[in-house]
Amino acid sequence: MTSDSKTIDNKVSTETNTDSENSYKKSLVGFFEDITLLTKFSLRFFKEVFKPPYEFNELVRQSYLIGYKSFPLVAITGFIMGLVLTIQSRPTLAEFGAESWLPAMVAVSIIREIGPVITALIFAGKVGSGIGAELASMKVTEQIDAMEVSGINPFKFLVITRVLSSTLMLPLLVIVADTIAMYGAYIGVNLKGDVTFQLFFSQVFEKLDFSDVFPAMIKTFFFGFSIAMISCYKGYNSNKGTEGVGESANSAVVIGSLSIFILDMIAVQITSLFL
Amino acid sequence: METIVAEVENLKKGFGSNKVLNGLTIKVKEGENLVVLGRSGSGKSVLIKCLVGLIEPDEGNIVLLGESITDLEIDALNLLRKKIGFLFQSAALYDSMTVRENLEFPLRGNKELKREEIDSLVEEALKNVGLSEAIDKMPSELSGGMRKRVGLARTLILKPKIIFYDEPTTGLDPITSEEISLLILDIQKKYNTSSIIITHDMECARITANRMIIIKDGISIAEGKFEELEKSKDEWVRSFFKSKNEN
Repeated sequence: MTSDSKTIDNKVSTETNTDSENSYKKSLVGFFEDITLLTKFSLRFFKEVFKPPYEFNELVRQSYLIGYKSFPLVAITGFIMGLVLTIQSRPTLAEFGAESWLPAMVAVSIIREIGPVITALIFAGKVGSGIGAELASMKVTEQIDAMEVSGINPFKFLVITRVLSSTLMLPLLVIVADTIAMYGAYIGVNLKGDVTFQLFFSQVFEKLDFSDVFPAMIKTFFFGFSIAMISCYKGYNSNKGTEGVGESANSAVVIGSLSIFILDMIAVQITSLFL
Repeated sequence: METIVAEVENLKKGFGSNKVLNGLTIKVKEGENLVVLGRSGSGKSVLIKCLVGLIEPDEGNIVLLGESITDLEIDALNLLRKKIGFLFQSAALYDSMTVRENLEFPLRGNKELKREEIDSLVEEALKNVGLSEAIDKMPSELSGGMRKRVGLARTLILKPKIIFYDEPTTGLDPITSEEISLLILDIQKKYNTSSIIITHDMECARITANRMIIIKDGISIAEGKFEELEKSKDEWVRSFFKSKNEN
């Protein structure tokens, strides 16, 4: 290799390094900008949520769309979750001769952790992407601007109603999913055993207590809030035409799902401090 | 003495290094249709969005119906917006709602109106744009011209004193364009509204304009009636009309 070609190679490699450094810096700045704007967006929610007029009818409509319409999906997921967890756990417990612990173990796992997290992830996929795409599409077709110029506050009508519905509906869906998951677990136990319905649930309730149920329920309010808030933020601030609609739906699901794990980690730390 | 309903003074707006409006000044009299003409990217849509507070100007003052919108709080601005109509280029109909719901939407929050009054307002607005039969249709079932008409009906439902039209005939065939232009004229006469019409459709300008201004590089470079500007000595101004005559 000649010295000239070595110099060119070095130059190219330096330029590539500088480019990747710049793009790294750019995405880091973008990340912090996004966090700041999302915080501002959330603060606006708290500022406007108590101020009249209240969009009660739209809140009910959104609760129907977000909650009731998600019921079949959540029910199926819950059933499979309970059934599969029971089938997968049985061999390990059987090794230690602890098969009789199966109902209690499955119940604690589902109620404390798996039920809320899996339901929230399903919810982020279905509801989060829907909100992100819907608001982004409204933004690019000037529907949000049209609301604004007709003197209606689009933030109240679109964001507050969706965030409130999502915050209220997810805990209900988690209760539904947990309940159906327990029925799935009961069937799972009986695939290779013979446990009566009454015995199964008496074992479940014997081992479950307030400290299992209460923190798990509280965190689902935060999951619902963060999924809807992130989705609304992404959709409401979409600005790249039709490409932006897909991007908003996608990032609503990705960031919404990530937020579930982060919130779950925080919730577990807080719970372990008090209980 | 003629009443001024909209006044823009020394309006400046830029996006980064791109200065779109560079000190634009315009006045609209009561009952007047003012057509704003300019090439694509000359700042016409930015002007109209600044007028309703969708874009915040960098400098300058905007007074609508005697109120300076740059000084208004959001609640006061929303009250003022109820007296102003805006027809978007895409009509911006709410696609999850029927035509009836679209028209009822600006009326929400008005607790004084009874159900029957709302129904009669919706029917009247649709009748005025000749689309009574479309009341229960979804926006996706309407043609481009029909969507514009429904957009206009939604604007009319609040009986605005000023209407802003953002390229009302864009994307329409010549016959539908003419129908929309005549409708704008009809609404002006019927409701005595004042309008700012952003367009580069010369036929629409000819039909609707009481007065016109032409924007270049973010400032008004010519002002007058259609016939006066058509005979302008400025070659650039005349070029707009030349294309129309060629068509």
